[in-house]
Amino acid sequence: MNSLLKVENLEMYYFTSKGAVRAIDNISFELMPGETIGLVGESGCGKTSLGTSILRMPTPPGRYVGGKIFVDGLDVIPLPEKEVRKNIRWQKISMVFQGAMNCLTPVYTIGHQMMETLNEHADMSRADADSLIKEYLGYVGLPPEIMGRYPHELSGGMKQRAVIATALFLKPEIVILDEPTTALDVIVQAQIINLLKKLKKQFNLSFMFITHDLALEAEVSDRICVMYAGKIVEFGTNEQIYGRQGPAHPYTERLLAATPRLFKKVEKLHFIPGTPPDLIAPPKGCRFSPRCNKAFGRCFEEEPPLIEIEPGHMAACWLHHRG
Amino acid sequence: MADIILSIKNLKKYFEPHQSFAQSIIGGGQKKLIKAVDDISFDIRRGEIFGLIGESGSGKTTTGKLVMKLIEPTSGQMIFNGEDVTRLDKEKLKEYRRKVQMIFQDPYASMNPRFKIKDVLEEPLIIHKVKATIEERTKMIVKALEEVKLTPAEEYMGRWPHMLSGGQRQRVATARTLILNPLMLVADEPVSMIDLSTRAEILYMMKEVQKELGLTYLYITHDLSTARYFTDRIAVMYLGRIVEIGRADDIIDNPLHPYTQALIEAVPEPESGKVNIIKELPIYGEIPSPANIPRGCRFHTRCPYATDACKTEPEPELMLDGEEHYHACRRAYEIKAERSAKAAG
Repeated sequence: MNSLLKVENLEMYYFTSKGAVRAIDNISFELMPGETIGLVGESGCGKTSLGTSILRMPTPPGRYVGGKIFVDGLDVIPLPEKEVRKNIRWQKISMVFQGAMNCLTPVYTIGHQMMETLNEHADMSRADADSLIKEYLGYVGLPPEIMGRYPHELSGGMKQRAVIATALFLKPEIVILDEPTTALDVIVQAQIINLLKKLKKQFNLSFMFITHDLALEAEVSDRICVMYAGKIVEFGTNEQIYGRQGPAHPYTERLLAATPRLFKKVEKLHFIPGTPPDLIAPPKGCRFSPRCNKAFGRCFEEEPPLIEIEPGHMAACWLHHRG
Repeated sequence: MADIILSIKNLKKYFEPHQSFAQSIIGGGQKKLIKAVDDISFDIRRGEIFGLIGESGSGKTTTGKLVMKLIEPTSGQMIFNGEDVTRLDKEKLKEYRRKVQMIFQDPYASMNPRFKIKDVLEEPLIIHKVKATIEERTKMIVKALEEVKLTPAEEYMGRWPHMLSGGQRQRVATARTLILNPLMLVADEPVSMIDLSTRAEILYMMKEVQKELGLTYLYITHDLSTARYFTDRIAVMYLGRIVEIGRADDIIDNPLHPYTQALIEAVPEPESGKVNIIKELPIYGEIPSPANIPRGCRFHTRCPYATDACKTEPEPELMLDGEEHYHACRRAYEIKAERSAKAAG
């Protein structure tokens, strides 16, 4: 099967006055049709940067430094912006941005704001656009009257549904979802997750699902990509990460241990002391070594490569190197 | 009989909605009161962590504000440490606030960015006119920082808030409340803005401090997943009412109210094998407006188990089950039987 999205040795740095922040540092992976890849990690590990980079719109002062992003076999990095706007962004890949539901303009109706997206990316008559919006509102479980409402009249869950509908208008194949449920209550979160699963089937979508919540990721993602300090440290199937054997990388292991569990009695909650490193001058050796409880001599000297430790399961940790 | 530190009796808080000038002249139409807190009663025991759980719009934050005395109740009574604190004059209020302190949600917004940590911690001493020499104050600040494990304290005192991580800031926020030797802390979503890896760190620290100093916490959250670890007892609120209250373990292992059941089932667990499953949630739609509370049992509009009685009969009061587990569902046992029959296939 051919991949829908192929990222090859991608590097994207933020060029600040203090130096280059290596937010995306040599990342490669493939997204298959109908698959959901979950991107997890703490804040500041490059999850959102990777999302916007794939959409070919790194946030300034971010710039591509190296690598390729193939969408349906076509490298999109060298394409002119006009071309991306016309054929790639929203047509092939769309994104539900973090906190998007709180970025709706309070002075325009929901319908007006959804219409803006259509005007920007597609040529269609007002009547066609109108009926398209109504159709998609139906798919996300909102009544057509919502078009005439203002954001403050809607609950968080309803706003998020409207934002999701907007991301699907132009029939993208890939949708990047950046923390789509973080500001919502648990029940609304579960409802939105159910909706996403339904839409994924209905429209044959592939998702990149970004969240810091490992428990949530377990419910949605076929494969999990764990990021730390701009790099992939572990990549495996849902079963490989959450199954009985447990994850391979100490970072994933500790993130999972820090995830609160409702049905297990815990005497002590675990946490990871410290914070992710400064990416202008990342630590020598493994970037996680200063916070790792399993680090030994080699970890502080040499950076571990991402290697396959069993079929379909990759980790970047010296513990998994033999010899 | 357990030692009660705070007793809330039939507390209500109704807000009047805004009316336009024209409306107020014509006087037409009935004003619909927003019943944010609608007759709740509970006791918090000395030295326990009491969790108040519910969705946005359930009235949990309003309850926290009432306990902090940031707003006045419409009716009802609050007894703190044996004293009626429902209405307090300015002097008494200041004294009360010294004993009951608050930890806010956002550690980034709750600190003056131009204050060094030392100043952040000294401010409550100034506000409450604590008589102490400079050396004594410094000692108090050092002690508070050591209690939240920010050591060496002297080093942190000279830093600015922007130099600290979210977790460290929430530690400073906790130290700031501890400096006045309070009896009780109200924490409204203290970890919801913090990264998962640090969330556990803050809860752990808060629990250690609570044990060491024998404090009482009122912990307000929408996230049940931390409740089992963190709280001793839980009250579940829905649309201004308490629908279930009891020991944390009992509530989570044996929830009796369908709303609590829905809250629990919605929590994701980090386990494999759930990707292709659409979770069947035992609840419909979203929470109604507190200006328009459904008649009968206020949960019936979202409850998959509601019968005609639930829609028409007066709302059930809290009923006792076992030792100290109360619920407000008239069909609790029937629902339990239905659910276990369904689970058995």
